[in-house]
Amino acid sequence: MSAAPAIQLRGVGVDYGRKTALADLDLTVERGETLALLGPSGSGKSTALKAVAGFVRPSRGRVLLEGRDVTDLPPHQRGIGVVVQNYALFPHMSVAANVGFGLRARRAPRAEIRERVAEVLDLVGMSAFADRSPRQLSGGQQQRVAIARALAIRPAVLLLDEPLSALDAALREEMVGELLRLRAELPDTTIVHVTHDQSEALALAHRIAVMRDARLVDVGPAREMYRTPRTEFTAAFLGAANLLPVEVVEVDGEGGATVRLGDAIMRARVSGELDGRRRAVLGVRPQRVGVHAEGTGGLPARLLAAQWRGEVFRLDLRLDGAAHSGQEVRVRAEVASIEGLPPVGGRVALTVPDGCPLIADASPEEET
Amino acid sequence: MSVEAVTGAAQESPAVPAGTAPAAPARGTGRRAALWALPPLIVVADFFCYPLALVVAQSFIAETGGPTLAVWADVVTSPEFGAGVARTVLIAVGAAAGCALIGTFLALVVSFAPFPGVRLVSGLVAVLPAVPGFLIVLSFTFLYGSAGALNALLGGSLDFLYTPWGVLLAEITLFTPFVMRPLVAAFGQIPRARLDVAASLGARPWRVLWQVVLPEVRPALAAATCLVLLMAANEFGIVLFIGAKDVVTLPVLVYTWGIVTFDYPAACVVAVVNVVLSLLLYGVYRWVLSGRGKRRARVDED
Ligand SMILES: Nc1ncnc2c1ncn2[C@@H]1O[C@H](COP(=O)(O)OP(=O)(O)OP(=O)(O)O)[C@@H](O)[C@H]1O
Ligand SMILES: [Mg+2]
Repeated sequence: MSAAPAIQLRGVGVDYGRKTALADLDLTVERGETLALLGPSGSGKSTALKAVAGFVRPSRGRVLLEGRDVTDLPPHQRGIGVVVQNYALFPHMSVAANVGFGLRARRAPRAEIRERVAEVLDLVGMSAFADRSPRQLSGGQQQRVAIARALAIRPAVLLLDEPLSALDAALREEMVGELLRLRAELPDTTIVHVTHDQSEALALAHRIAVMRDARLVDVGPAREMYRTPRTEFTAAFLGAANLLPVEVVEVDGEGGATVRLGDAIMRARVSGELDGRRRAVLGVRPQRVGVHAEGTGGLPARLLAAQWRGEVFRLDLRLDGAAHSGQEVRVRAEVASIEGLPPVGGRVALTVPDGCPLIADASPEEET
Repeated sequence: MSVEAVTGAAQESPAVPAGTAPAAPARGTGRRAALWALPPLIVVADFFCYPLALVVAQSFIAETGGPTLAVWADVVTSPEFGAGVARTVLIAVGAAAGCALIGTFLALVVSFAPFPGVRLVSGLVAVLPAVPGFLIVLSFTFLYGSAGALNALLGGSLDFLYTPWGVLLAEITLFTPFVMRPLVAAFGQIPRARLDVAASLGARPWRVLWQVVLPEVRPALAAATCLVLLMAANEFGIVLFIGAKDVVTLPVLVYTWGIVTFDYPAACVVAVVNVVLSLLLYGVYRWVLSGRGKRRARVDED
């Protein structure tokens, strides 16, 4: 066992013609770690994965697997398991033949192939479907087969490119559980999981890397990224947080701060570098925003829209008197009940709890 | 006229590509679907069945006007006929095999090994079918003929153009685009990710080609090869234009007997045999293909 990290990307950049799909990515994934690569569409997640798998040749930088430079190795010499978005099963082969493909490519003995195929199909709960054609499988079943096919070659690294995105919400929930179980059974396997679904990333990953516009914005342990995001983008993307402009009243030495939002004073946790700035943003998740009838104390606001979402109501609000750089401040809130609230267009009172993350305001508007 | 009937058959049969089973119509729409089949059926009857029936009838009518089997007996036992059948089958199978091989290779190059000018090459190949067969033969004569460019270089040692090999080469040249075009389209349909995943599983390019790419285009390749088989079995212009003396295929025989020596009933016999042979080749090809397809699937399992 080598002590070298499972994957190292050193300044990896990928250009497609004039377009930079990936800009100088530095990223290390430890052995046995699950890293989620999170970011909006087109941010370069798949490109990063392809660089690791060898499907694209980086324009710059080096790719190392367990300390070995594989930048110039073709994919078939890397021994990485890959599951892509639409599974890419081989349509003219049975499920068993799909799963055994990698072993046949390695010229494993027939008996061994048969045994291993049965083993991984069992692992993903698809034993009963060995003789089916991929066309006869549902999306979730295809996904399991694709995972089994990748696992059959016992890869040290498993790359998952949005493996759940083609599934409906309920099945996705179930598959997240399956992936967690799978990870527990393969503790040595390093997994890079590309997704643009933050809850998937939070559920599955030890660490989360957030990408935006071909760049790595932020990377850190999942919980830390969620609780104390260092950038506005992370806060907004990972927890769908409201970014409320606040005035920093006081910063204490223990990571706490007192901030003012409109007329309200509250406590916050400093989570990005403030550099002595007076203005910053407070990341407040919609679930944490309290919405009350007017006159009960709190920040005056106007209810702009309300959507019933079953479990919760999603409210759209506008803060009064907290205009920031001339822009009105919108707030999204999720509340269990709208009892006692006025109809849309009415006035309400907002509360923001103590302890929300305080992030240095990086928006360029700040300077104007 | 009989020659036309034969080539007509060639163009119509491959309209249903091998391997693509048409979906069975739902029961309720069955009658209307049958109605839709009527116009093409009428066309087929008019332009194919009727002349064919005439040709068949002619072959059984003696010069005296009465029915006879004598013409058939004469033709079938003649050495020219036996040689013609053998030649036709050999050249058709050879042309189909050659086109399948070269067409697949060219399609692979154009699809997966993009080099500068690849569009020009595929464009040139695409217009090849628009070039009349005789022009190809003419260019062959200039290139490989006894007074051609290549012989001028080699000192006159090259002498294959007027043999069956010359005909084969010309037909392969003319018909290869019919394989290449659909294959390029079929290759384009294969998602890139499928090839990437195959490679990541440890498959070298050769294995990816053999086990992932080619099986997926097999229906297209089969249909195209079938088409070439039929076109080659009925090719007339190239053979006539090359003018190789000992390359007498069935269509040439029809021409010689029907138009040159005015033995119309005998020509009709040969024409009927040519049609039957075409259909037979087509049937055998389909049968071989489906048999191999099944065996292949089983091999993939283990
Ligand atoms: N083959 C290509 N040729 C040209 N541009 C490409 C190619 N592949 C990707 N790109 C561009 O590179 C950028 C990053 O693409 P990438 O597929 O990595 O995004 P992504 O983060 O995976 O997005 P998504 O969540 O939609 O899958 C995009 O702007 C895309 O348009
Ligand atoms: Mg992607």
